[in-house]
Amino acid sequence: MNDAKWIDIGPVDQLLTLGARTLPVQGGEEIAIFRTSNGSVHALINKCPHKQGPLSQGIVHDTSVTCPLHNWRISLLTGEALGEDKGCVPVIPVKIDGGRIYIDRAATLAGVM
Amino acid sequence: MNAPVSIDAKSNGSGGYLREHLVVIGNGMAGCRTVEEILSRDADRYTITIFGAEPRVNYDRIMLSPVLAGEKSFEEIIINDQSWYDDNDIELVSGDKVIAIKREAKEIVSESGRVTSYDRLLIATGSDPFIIPVPGHDLPGVITFRDLDDVDKMLSAAGKGGHAVVIGGGLLGLEAAHGLHLQGMNVTVLHLMPTLMERQLDEAAGFLLKSELEQRGQTILTGADTAEILGDGHVTGVKLKDGTEIAADLVVMAVGIRPAVALAKNADLEVERGIVVDDHMVTSDPAIMAVGECVQHRGAVYGLVAPLWEMCRALADQATENPSGYAGSVTSTKLKVSGINVFSAGDFSGGEDCEDIVMRDASRGIYKRVVVKENKLIGAVLYGDTADGSWYFDLLKTQEDISDIREALIFGQAFASGDALGDPDSAVAALSDNAEICGCNGVSKGQVVACINAGAGDLDAVRASCKASASCGSCTGLVESLLAITLGDEYGGARAETPMCKCTSFTHEDVRRNVVEKQLKSIPEVMQELHWTTPDGCSSCRPALNYYLLCAWPSEHEEDPQSRFVNERMHANIQKDGTYSVVPRMWGGVTTPNELRAIADAADKYEARLVKVTGGQRLDLFGIKKEDLPAIWADLNAAGMVSGHAYGKSLRTVKTCVGSEWCRFGTQDSTGLGIKTERMTWGSWMPHKFKIAVSGCPRNCAEATIKDFGIICVDSGYELMVGGNGGIKLRGTDFLCKVETEEEALEYCAAFIQLYREEARYLDRTAPWIERVGLEYVKSRIVEDDDGRLKLAQRFLHAQSILQKDPWEERAAGKDAHLHKHIAEIRPFAVVEAG
Repeated sequence: MNDAKWIDIGPVDQLLTLGARTLPVQGGEEIAIFRTSNGSVHALINKCPHKQGPLSQGIVHDTSVTCPLHNWRISLLTGEALGEDKGCVPVIPVKIDGGRIYIDRAATLAGVM
Repeated sequence: MNAPVSIDAKSNGSGGYLREHLVVIGNGMAGCRTVEEILSRDADRYTITIFGAEPRVNYDRIMLSPVLAGEKSFEEIIINDQSWYDDNDIELVSGDKVIAIKREAKEIVSESGRVTSYDRLLIATGSDPFIIPVPGHDLPGVITFRDLDDVDKMLSAAGKGGHAVVIGGGLLGLEAAHGLHLQGMNVTVLHLMPTLMERQLDEAAGFLLKSELEQRGQTILTGADTAEILGDGHVTGVKLKDGTEIAADLVVMAVGIRPAVALAKNADLEVERGIVVDDHMVTSDPAIMAVGECVQHRGAVYGLVAPLWEMCRALADQATENPSGYAGSVTSTKLKVSGINVFSAGDFSGGEDCEDIVMRDASRGIYKRVVVKENKLIGAVLYGDTADGSWYFDLLKTQEDISDIREALIFGQAFASGDALGDPDSAVAALSDNAEICGCNGVSKGQVVACINAGAGDLDAVRASCKASASCGSCTGLVESLLAITLGDEYGGARAETPMCKCTSFTHEDVRRNVVEKQLKSIPEVMQELHWTTPDGCSSCRPALNYYLLCAWPSEHEEDPQSRFVNERMHANIQKDGTYSVVPRMWGGVTTPNELRAIADAADKYEARLVKVTGGQRLDLFGIKKEDLPAIWADLNAAGMVSGHAYGKSLRTVKTCVGSEWCRFGTQDSTGLGIKTERMTWGSWMPHKFKIAVSGCPRNCAEATIKDFGIICVDSGYELMVGGNGGIKLRGTDFLCKVETEEEALEYCAAFIQLYREEARYLDRTAPWIERVGLEYVKSRIVEDDDGRLKLAQRFLHAQSILQKDPWEERAAGKDAHLHKHIAEIRPFAVVEAG
């Protein structure tokens, strides 16, 4: 159920293991939702801090995603670029409850005019 | 359910009226354990009545699995028999379920209508099995696995043989499956998630468990989503959402449990996921306590036994006026699943501040992984050998600094606590002479050292003389340590060959050889057998492994889309703004007015922002949105066009000139040969992109001398050229040989491609590959070995017969539709779910 803090965006089985889906936010930034091999779900703004590549299309491994454009590796936990690269993309808090994905309402709508 | 049975109910003993009356709802492990704890503290404090829904005494629910498996009888799993109730003056009301709590009156009402008053009430109702509400879930023959009645039903069904389907691949489901399998049924386990027991095990361990259970004869289907239970009057089968039907005489639902909170909820106690209790296990009503799987403490709900004991102690302390408090539990799971030992504890989800230390011993079926963060152990997963589970769990709970034993940590307590602290070399030095180093060839440490002392000064020499590390190679590190210890400064250091990536010590060639020799057919299998040091690889090795498996096992390979680079996953080229470009194939660079019209229409309809003629003689439509890809492909398919694979590590284009049909210099039909070549090779996956060209005369208008495979037509036949590259580093082709007929040219082309496919490293173009292996080698395989060439060509054509298909057509027909759809859309302030 939706409430003041969380938005229900659907069942968790819509996300393949090591896969990602997109969540456009009208008037705001598109969000990428990822699933790691142990089943945990994470969400980031769908823009690499480097050249705004769509992180949702990268390869997910461990708790990071490799950007499809220039292979920057971004942490799904902190949104920070890993290794030598420097940069950070906003993380959207996510929780799973009863097999459904909930994302943080405030963070999701942060950029909405 | 059952008629109420009161087993030898005793009235309150003498003086009972002076004591407070403690009523316990739940005759299970938590309720009775709490009573034991209270009795041990103050036996005279309460008059106790226990209500149980099941018509029997208190037994060990965990041991139901051995009862099902026929290893134990019910009598053997009783914890407290009737004499315990009698000796302690406890009234047991069994088989009479409590249906209401009246808090104002401090009374409870049971199913039989009996009203009992209490001074203190303890709720220990445990949990209920969760039933997925699919059609047919209430058919006879569909049962849960929670109590002895369920076990009895399963045993009587198993007596008739036939097929059992267990829904749920968690611990309970696997135990049920194991028991039914031992009882002689054909068992299929359906599990919704991609790996078994995903809460307790990581992907690698889940994979091992699945393989082991399959070897024992169970059928395990992961990613299996139950749509319906079939049957008319009695269950006959299960239907999955993908349409698969599985015959079943018995269906066991073991998808999970939920705290049994209905009673508490109806009494208006505070209930969230479980009955909310404080640190003393007291609910929102000070006279009512709760314990076990039905409670929620500090936000956590537990389904394991260990926290339960801690809760019972805290509750008993409180109930005897000596409050201690329960602070929550760090849980570990140490289990035997169907006879296989598994253990997990803490957080093993990983993360970049965390370091994974992984050890895999394929020959003994062992997988160990510990997760370290800031020099502390934060998680562990063990499969096959769980002897060190309690040690790891201890390190985890005490948060001891492990930096001193870090290097030896994964080898276990005996090893890490010995003299071999810190340095892996000294750890190896501490091994006894008869310790086995190489499991494949049975070589002991003493034998390796003897062979080094006899003059084997490097890894290759050791491999050649005593065979250690010469097979699977997983003991390479140990052998190198022995070289370093034995030779000291004389040792020249580890070998220079670079491993595939940081996840493994194997080179590309090692991996490819092992894939074939050990018949490895999936990525998790490769990672386990070859001792990968990361749980699920990286963006460098996963695409490579996917390709190597596809190349080695074309007919058995199961594609892993999650291990493809974006362009190959989406079958289009991603552009810097996140849109895609789409290139339909134009055979040999030849097109028709109809095709051009369809392309123009598609460009309009999908608002292509640029249409560009490519260097490979075709048209590229830029700016297509991810969501529109299946539709544009359908339109292009309808005009007879297929994917140009302009995005893949695959055959790209066959560029041609017009040749003898039109050109006054042309010597052969270069366009026709180009089209034949493209028809033969399109859709084949390669280590890297692969380009072909056919020129009709030595003027070479199709620029065949900078292609991976070039054909230059001459009057007397066809000159075949290989290894050209027009990219960053310009390389002209090498002359391979000259052939006389088109058929020969095609056969040589197929053989060359297959040699490259089978032997080059992933992401090697043909140019660096040929520079590494030498043109002479390629000639020896393609030109000088007629039989070998024919076999290579046949293997290529065999692979093509399976893998040559138009991915656009499959996607346009709906395959992998999720890749082109958003999961949902947010329009402030509404959520629109994707279909």
